[in-house]
Amino acid sequence: MTLPTPLSDAPLVSDWIAFDDALVEVRTGRVELGQGNLTAIAQIAAEELDVPLAMIRIVSGDTTRTPNEGFTSGSLSVHQGGMAVRHAASAARHLAIAEAAKLLQCGSERLALTEGRILRDGAPTSLDLWSMAASIDLSVAVAQWSDPKRPDQRALVGKPLARIDLPERITGTPFVHDLSPDNLLHGRPVHPPSVGARLLDLDLDALRTRPGVVAATRDGSFVGVVADSEYAAIRAALWATNHATWSDEPSAPADPVAAIAGSQESDEVVHEAGTLEGHEGQSSYEVTVSRPYLSHASIGPSAAVAQWQDGRLSLFTQSQGVYPLRDALAMVFGMPGERIDVRHWPGAGCYGHNGADDAALDAALMARAVEGRPVKVVWSRADEFRYAPLGPAMTTRASAFLDETGRIAGMSVAVNSAPHGNRPGRNGAPNLRAAACLEKPFPFPRSKDVPLSSGGGADRNAVPGYAIANLRASKRIVHDLPYRTSSLRSLGAFTNVYAIETLMDAIARDRDVDPVSFRLNHLEDPRAVAVIEGAVAEAGEPFGREREDGTGWGLGYARYKNRAAYCAVVVRVEVDEAVRVTDVFAALDAGEIINPDGMTNQTEGGIVQSISWTLKEALTLEDGRVTTENWSDYPILTFSEVPAIQVRLIDRKDEPPLGCAEAAQGPTAAAIGNAVRDAIGVPVNHLPLTRDALIAAISE
Amino acid sequence: MAERSEPVTLTINGRETAVDADGETPFLYVLRNECGLKATRFGCGVGMCGACTVLVDGEATFSCITPLETLAGREVETVEGVSRAGEVHPVVEELIAGQAAQCGYCLPGIVMAAVAHLRSTPSANRASIAAALDGNLCRCGAHVRILNAIERAVQRMQGEETV
Ligand code: FES
Ligand code: FES
Repeated sequence: MTLPTPLSDAPLVSDWIAFDDALVEVRTGRVELGQGNLTAIAQIAAEELDVPLAMIRIVSGDTTRTPNEGFTSGSLSVHQGGMAVRHAASAARHLAIAEAAKLLQCGSERLALTEGRILRDGAPTSLDLWSMAASIDLSVAVAQWSDPKRPDQRALVGKPLARIDLPERITGTPFVHDLSPDNLLHGRPVHPPSVGARLLDLDLDALRTRPGVVAATRDGSFVGVVADSEYAAIRAALWATNHATWSDEPSAPADPVAAIAGSQESDEVVHEAGTLEGHEGQSSYEVTVSRPYLSHASIGPSAAVAQWQDGRLSLFTQSQGVYPLRDALAMVFGMPGERIDVRHWPGAGCYGHNGADDAALDAALMARAVEGRPVKVVWSRADEFRYAPLGPAMTTRASAFLDETGRIAGMSVAVNSAPHGNRPGRNGAPNLRAAACLEKPFPFPRSKDVPLSSGGGADRNAVPGYAIANLRASKRIVHDLPYRTSSLRSLGAFTNVYAIETLMDAIARDRDVDPVSFRLNHLEDPRAVAVIEGAVAEAGEPFGREREDGTGWGLGYARYKNRAAYCAVVVRVEVDEAVRVTDVFAALDAGEIINPDGMTNQTEGGIVQSISWTLKEALTLEDGRVTTENWSDYPILTFSEVPAIQVRLIDRKDEPPLGCAEAAQGPTAAAIGNAVRDAIGVPVNHLPLTRDALIAAISE
Repeated sequence: MAERSEPVTLTINGRETAVDADGETPFLYVLRNECGLKATRFGCGVGMCGACTVLVDGEATFSCITPLETLAGREVETVEGVSRAGEVHPVVEELIAGQAAQCGYCLPGIVMAAVAHLRSTPSANRASIAAALDGNLCRCGAHVRILNAIERAVQRMQGEETV
């Protein structure tokens, strides 16, 4: 049996499980980002140990207590973290049964566990997990004892259980923003206006006399102000922003997307099969699509609470990776990681690498100025738009040629993109905003992006998922632009699927084949076929039918990362002044379903976010600065604009469970692009699909 | 602080409260830091996202751009006021029952905007609810569930009235 990777670093049952306080404590390195993954993980543990969900206490993302599982990202929480817990919980169960067999002097086949109590031949005994806790040695290898239930034995997994954390999130105070330890002070950073800007002058003494200010700290070009009330900190930071002078000679192309498209930096072939040579003269097709820089645009700006005491730093953070953040902070402060305690505390949804880690360093730098007192930092909305890592702009060119029978014989996909992989610790540097402008700086290194072997960055889903003999995918990472970028949900998949799937439609249209059968003709994997047929059936087989003027239908399909969840999306649009998505039908196969309602919720969310990216979103950049400051500069989809959404789930009980939060983005965008083309008769290749983009496409 | 104004007296969730803070302070910070009512959330600080929505004399109001001093003598309701044990508003109950959230950060503001809408529009429908929530942003994309849940709350409240 091959065990999930997290178990190689944390191989013991006791790394994951404890019986305590009439509860089962489950320790996971994964963190809850508002997607229900901790409920799913708790559900998995409860299943193996046959306890109700309410008896599971989850401890997550805490460098003092939980295994190191790196980042909670890439839709791997359940696939890796959940499976590690499945094995650990299974091992704990078998250890408990073995101990009970010893104590009751009977064969273990006569014993069962229910609600934590041991039954013998179905009858209660005096034993339960907690009465035996002292004598069960959990510090043994998971691998030795794990024997998870068979799919047909599972009762709890697969049920739409309610999220364990939801009521508190709707009416309570679960967020890092809400922490208020004794003696709390409030800090605000004063960010340099661009990545390269350096502070020339700021009168710190004057700043210190502003109302409520307790400390003002400067290290290189990093400035932080700490005050006794939140509003005082906000006002003092505003004063400092208005009084600071910076050396800033940013030069950047006026049209960054065009600069990325035209970049001459070196490229790399990431996948090749067969050959694309020698097919000159065969009918060929090509599309080039682009998306602008996007913002993660969390509803709650990045926040953290930090405190220094006796040479130790302790931090509460919404970071996606407490251990990588700890290591990055250790680098910045030149101290061993063992003296830094990092605990995850919920934030608003982050959708990838946003400002969460940066805010943690900001808080740590400010707390250093008021040793012994906790400092809470909450970024402003403008900080969040301007200073958090951006979702990279990119362009993708997809081209194909056909054989005599009209099948695609070869396809080539070439991606130009700003880098997607700049998380803390990646490429050997802290990658934290403030770290790059300290007196002793830790500059942002040249990003290597994310390699295809780890799911790909710019090249994620650049390899078409169709049965095509000759394929090539390449990526060119463009480092020249002065904007800091990193992972935004689905990474390159969003744009690459848009390119490949609009190309598929262009060919089908030209060959007079309907978009569904054209795709099915190029697919061998029955799971791919099933999601496409599922989405099309859910939509009521709209293709090839009469439709009203100004409306269109479109289909998009991809298997996320070419190895995770399968997703097909059908949309209906109405186009007049602007594009309006009225209906969405999706089918998803993410292997074994742990929690169907959670999966549907994630898929709906991915669809809505993708519609918003596709129709509306673009950051504005000028001379190396992000000029977007507020929601009025960066509209996102509103309640009135959200369509009706139907999601059909396909359960594969014998297949490994796969993440689902990032599966729908690419297919949704592609379906919208294809539907818009269906409605207006011309393709619109450059996102977002605003009124201006449509007019430009029509007049071309 | 340089100068302090007189304490401002107002009613919060039915309780008369005197707040001793600078009258210019946006009410959101007063609520969260001085009054300990932290379920109302900061999202943008400039009246563009709805995360900080509270009711002032029954009307949905962005607390992040409402100076404390303008609330003297007025009645404020927050999400804590509509989710007290035993008197949980149907909107809150239906949101939880419908698992209508992901991160949940936007939800308290949405709850308050929806409560205000349902009070003024007993015959609220999906379109009117959506329009009433257009000042509230949700980045996770939980909209469909949120609308479904509020619609169910409307049906329940109508049902309860006719009984
Ligand atoms: S925080 Fe008040 S509207 Fe955004
Ligand atoms: S649920 Fe996360 S912003 Fe609405």
